[in-house]
Formats: sequence, structure tokens, C-alpha cells
Amino acid sequence: MSLPDPVAEGVASGWRVLDGAAQTQDLQLTCDVLIIGTGAGGGMTAEVLAQAGLDVLMVEEGALRTSRDFRLLEAKAYPELYQESASRKTADKAINILQGRTVGGSTTVNWTSAFRTPPDTLNWWGERYGLKGLNPPAMAPWFDMAEARLGIADWQTDPNPNNSVLERGCQALGLKHGRIRRNVRGCWNLGYCGMGCATNAKQSMLVTTIPGALQHKAGLLSRARVERLLPAADGKSLLGAEGRLLAADGHSLNGRQFSIKARHVVLAAGAIGSPAILLRSELGGGQVGKRTFLHPVVISGAVMPQRIEPYNGAPQTVYSDHFMHTQPLDGPLGYKLEVPPVHPLLMGVTLSGFGQETTSLMQQLPHLNVMLALLRDGFHPDSQGGQVRLRKDGSPELDYPLNDVLWDGVRRSWLTMAELQFAAGARQVLVLHEQASLQSSWQATREQIMQLPLKPLLARVVSAHVMGGVAMSSQPEQGVVDEYGRHWQLRNLSVIDGSVFPTSIGANPQLSIYAFALRAAHQLRDALKA
Amino acid sequence: MITRRQLIKTGMAGSVVLLAAGFLAAPQPDLPTASQDHHVFLQAGDEQIIRSLAPVMLGMAGLPLPDIVRGVDVAIRNLLPAVQQELRQLFDLLGNRWGRRWLAGVHGPWVQATPDDLAAFLRRWQQSPLLLLRSGYQALHALINAAWFGNPASWAALGYQQPQQVMGLLP
Ligand SMILES: Cc1cc2nc3c(=O)[nH]c(=O)nc-3n(C[C@H](O)[C@H](O)[C@H](O)COP(=O)(O)OP(=O)(O)OC[C@H]3O[C@@H](n4cnc5c(N)ncnc54)[C@H](O)[C@@H]3O)c2cc1C
Repeated sequence: MSLPDPVAEGVASGWRVLDGAAQTQDLQLTCDVLIIGTGAGGGMTAEVLAQAGLDVLMVEEGALRTSRDFRLLEAKAYPELYQESASRKTADKAINILQGRTVGGSTTVNWTSAFRTPPDTLNWWGERYGLKGLNPPAMAPWFDMAEARLGIADWQTDPNPNNSVLERGCQALGLKHGRIRRNVRGCWNLGYCGMGCATNAKQSMLVTTIPGALQHKAGLLSRARVERLLPAADGKSLLGAEGRLLAADGHSLNGRQFSIKARHVVLAAGAIGSPAILLRSELGGGQVGKRTFLHPVVISGAVMPQRIEPYNGAPQTVYSDHFMHTQPLDGPLGYKLEVPPVHPLLMGVTLSGFGQETTSLMQQLPHLNVMLALLRDGFHPDSQGGQVRLRKDGSPELDYPLNDVLWDGVRRSWLTMAELQFAAGARQVLVLHEQASLQSSWQATREQIMQLPLKPLLARVVSAHVMGGVAMSSQPEQGVVDEYGRHWQLRNLSVIDGSVFPTSIGANPQLSIYAFALRAAHQLRDALKA
Repeated sequence: MITRRQLIKTGMAGSVVLLAAGFLAAPQPDLPTASQDHHVFLQAGDEQIIRSLAPVMLGMAGLPLPDIVRGVDVAIRNLLPAVQQELRQLFDLLGNRWGRRWLAGVHGPWVQATPDDLAAFLRRWQQSPLLLLRSGYQALHALINAAWFGNPASWAALGYQQPQQVMGLLP
């Protein structure tokens, strides 16, 4: 028996799928709606519009990889499925960014945690940015619809022992905590979501809305990088977009180009990707790329007395929002606690230190608990996020300076995580910082944390949640798009992805993007059908 | 005219280092040790740097060094051209006699450097007050760790294995 691959079967049955790498001539295509990027925003939009009978064409820079390509192997998955081989970095290299680059975008590799946008975030957008239409009751039906489409539900299986550490710690310290809902159907509880789901249980865009759109005659062009949007002579609308086809290695150019004419263009290349396309098209305006947020993540490792095999079992099934709601939203940064999947390559790269001590810690991998704190950026007046800019060769780079308000959150969240880990029975704890060392007591760890200098590339900071850069606003001067993602100046351009959020979400963002995309896509469908 | 050596000595701050790396490229490389493997990105001198540093970075003897070098080469090949260029400068800097001596603080050629010399270099850059040197250390750290822990040969020592209930069902 081998595992089924419904997407490959669909392609074999004649779906309209083109691989840029296989093209021997330039492509000239036309469609009703061109969707650039096939992640959370692009996938959702494609299905809604294709089902309404519109002629939809999706263009994706990454390759079309399906479950038969997913071998639970980091060394294969990262170069094939991630932006910059999972080593994309901010301009000063202080933050490592994980983002997907394949059909399905980051949803193909994400860790399946599903949270609705916190009501305090939506209310803040209403008060601060005038985005009144996105209030919690108005958004509820869109969350319901996204959850139904993607099988988002309570996860009935027990948390794996790695997640249980967080749960036990919270119980011991009396911190609020909960179980995480997941977008899976028939999950095998393997723990390899980040390498692409080999069993097709994860309800990513790759196995849900993209097949849904292709079944309704949508087209998909993969290994095709959009370089720029093509403005019409009147300067008020777009003719379409153009770009370059990539070779089979997924990186070099195959020498051929494409240009696509469309009635309407949906930009869904994700945060960093969407602002980059606007900047390359010189459709920047003053706001594009600014206020890009990351939920900067800091990490604490613990050696547990028992084997917990943190690489096995569903990642991220327990969370604590205790430190999200104990301070004012725009006060010192709140943080969310979670427990990621732990695999050798990413762990080896992420652990601080080198040499024998670090190696002996790696050799305790089956006993290693790893905890994350995601800092809620974009609310405090000093938390302005980063800015996307272009390198000389046109590739995007995010400049995200780490400042005092962030460092303050880093230190507080290290303290919390270390205390939690000891409360859950950890033998030793190491916060990931180049001057930290394994400590055997909470007391000693606390003292060490208070001493650690807070500097880029000493503290390990990572992110898998890039948001913002093409912000929604209620007034044209204050942002780039309106609350349906419609561009304020270009009448046939919408931006529908994680880049439209005016702050970070304060929770893992996929479900926020799905719900926002459904709302925007239904509005767009009605407008295009009228 | 400023000599190369003065440039390195005086140009220790900020991005001048990377600029210097451009000047220092190629003309005075350490003698490469013979290498049979052909790599796409790594040149013979770079290869020796990885071979020397990997056992110290990973704190282990008996590593399959050719595999690690190959892993580093493959990892770099998959990076953006702009990032590859930065790594080229890093390797050129380390491979250059003056860069090695004055910026890395390693006195003899890489092939002769003792584990203590190498550890001292890594520690100096890891903890450097200059962001740029810290980022150079982090690049070496990431490449060598990725090359080793991405290799199934490293897994037994970690007590790690892939989930057997599914591996047999993969194509
Ligand atoms: C490892 C990992 C784990 C995560 N875990 C979770 C989780 O558990 N829960 C959660 O809620 N969120 C999680 N996330 C985040 C979540 O998946 C993303 O926030 C979400 O998918 C973003 O959606 P998007 O549409 O904005 O962009 P993406 O999903 O990133 O899609 C953008 C797509 O556009 C393509 N693109 C970019 N530029 C171009 C171009 N010029 N031309 C053509 N195509 C282009 C990209 O290749 C990409 O495929 C995780 C992310 C990662 C990487």
C-alpha cells in the first residue's frame, strides 16, 4: 500500500496546470482574475471566484509539490518548500523568518494551529484605524465559513509530551492555558507538518481550495515569478502582470517570460512578497512595505527527565494567552506561549552555542522540550515593525530593527518560559542566547536571564508569522487598501493576504487570513458578476 | 597609499569589513589542500575552512567531512544570489591570509590551526561587539549545523528516527 495523492491524480485527470520550468516559449495568457500567490489568501480567493464561474488564473513562484514529494526530510523540504531555504533573514540578520514558497504557500508547511483573530485586535482596528466593518460579530460568519471549509475543530487526541510540558507548567503556576484547534481531517498525529503533510490530513490550500478552484476550470502556473504589475495608460487601473519563468531547480531563470492580461488582479504573494511586487512596479506610495510585523519569537529549551520525543506528535496543541491579556494592548508587549515541533536540522541551526556542550544537548534530543514566546508587535507606540525594501537585484529584504520595547518583552518572556519549564519538572533549562548556559534551577536561570545583554545576534529571534506592509485603512491617505483589500488608487487591484493587517494579529495568523480572504473574495465576486 | 594590512587594521568597524572583503578577495589565498570533490559554490580554500571548523563547531571527531562540505555547498546553492554574494565575501575574507590573521585571529593556515585556535576564533566572532562579525559566525554556524543535522548519518547519535509507521508507505 502506498499513500494516495489526490492532487497528483487531479493533475493527471487534466486540470489546467502549467509548470513554468517546462515552457520552451514565452507565455501570453488572459483571464478574468489573475491571482498572484497561492497561500492562505490566494487559495481562498481562487476557490470562491472559480466557483462563481469566473475565469481564474493562479500564478505561483514556488513549484507544485504534492504529498508524494513530502518525505519527512528537512534537508529536502526546506530548499523545496520555503522562501530562501527556510533561512530568510531580516536586514541585520537578527531574525530568521520561515515562510512558504510552493503551491499552497505557507499553508503547505504550517503547523496547523487555528485561532480566530482576538476580539481585542479587531476592536483596536476599529478604534485606531476606523476599520469598523471588521468587528467581532461581523467577522464571526467568515470564521465559521473558513472553519467549516478547512475542518478546523478541537483536536481530540492528547497533546504530545512536548506540549504537555506547557500544560503542566501552567497548571503548576496557575496560568490560564488552553488546547489549540487545528485544520486537519484524519490526522495521523505524526508531527511533520512543517515538511509538507505526507498523508494529506492537513487542510492546507494545496489540498482544499486550490483543487476546488482547479475543478472549476481555474488555471495554475507554477515556477513563475511575477516581477511587476502593468498599469494602464490612465494610471488608475492595471492591464495585468508580467514576470519570469523559473528553471527546474526552482531558483535560476529558465529564460522565458510570461505576461498575463486580466480584468482584475489579486495580489496574494504574502507579507514581504506583496509589498515587493508593488515596489518593483513603482506603485509603492509612501506606505507600502512599512509596518511589517513578525510576532518575534524567542525560545527556551529544557531537558526533561523523561523521554518526550518532541519530534513525534501534532505540534502546537497547547497554548497560554495568560500574558496577552494581563496588560493593556498598547502597553509592554504581550506574548503568547506555544510549543513547536522539534527536528534535528532546525534545532541544530537554532540552538545557541557551539562545540561539545551544545552537541551533548543535541544528543538529548528525545528529552528536549522547546517553548516559544510570540511577542505581539504593532500596538505599542514604539513597536512600528519593519520595512520591506528592494535590493539592487529587485529581491525583497525586511529591515526590522530590534528595539527596547521588544527586548523588554524578550526578557520577560524568557523568565516566564524558564519558570514554566522548571515547574513542569525540567532538569535543566537554556534560554537561546549566545551567552546563556544550561542552568539547573529556576533561581540560577532567573539570575542569568537578568544578566544577558539584549543584542541582535546574541539572543536567538525567529518568526513564522509575517504580517502587514500593505495596510488596510479607512481613509486613502492612511493605508494602501480598504477593508476589502481594494487598492485605494487602482480600481481593479485587490490585495488579499497577510500583508493587509495594520498590526500583528496577536495569534497565529492563518485563520485571520482565511476569514478576511473569504469576506474580500465574496465582495469581489459580487462586484465582478454585477 | 593605504596598504591592505592597514586597511584591515583600521577598517574594523561596521560595514567597512565587508567592503574590505571585496578588496581582499582572491589575490593571496592560503594554499588549498588537494580536493577531489567538485563543488558548485565552494572553492578549494573554502572547503578547507569548513573541514577545519566543522569538528570544532560540532564538538565531534570522526565526522564525515566530505559529506559536510557537500551539504554546505548544496545549502548555499539554494540561497538567493544576493546572499550567496555575501557568503562569497565571507569565505574570501577568511581564505585570505590577512583576513584570517587580522580579522579571524588565526595565525597559521586553516589546515594547521589547532582546535583551540579554531574555538577561540569562533568564540571571538560569536561574542564580537561588531554585528558583522557576529553575523559571520552565525552564517558558519547555520551552514555547518544544517549540513550535519540534515544528514541522516547524524541521527543515531541523537536518538532520533523518522516515524516508522509511515516511512514504509511513502513512494
Ligand atoms: C513553518 C510555518 C509554520 C506556521 N504555523 C502556523 C500555524 O500553526 N498557525 C497559523 O495560523 N499560522 C502558521 N504559520 C503562518 C501562516 O501559514 C501564514 O501566516 C499564512 O499562510 C500567510 O498567508 P499569505 O496568503 O499571506 O502568504 P503565504 O501563505 O506565504 O503565500 C504567499 C505565496 O505567494 C508566493 N509568492 C511570493 N512572491 C511571489 C511572486 N513574485 N510571484 C508569484 N508568487 C509569489 C509565495 O511563493 C507563496 O507561495 C506558519 C508559517 C510557517 C512558515
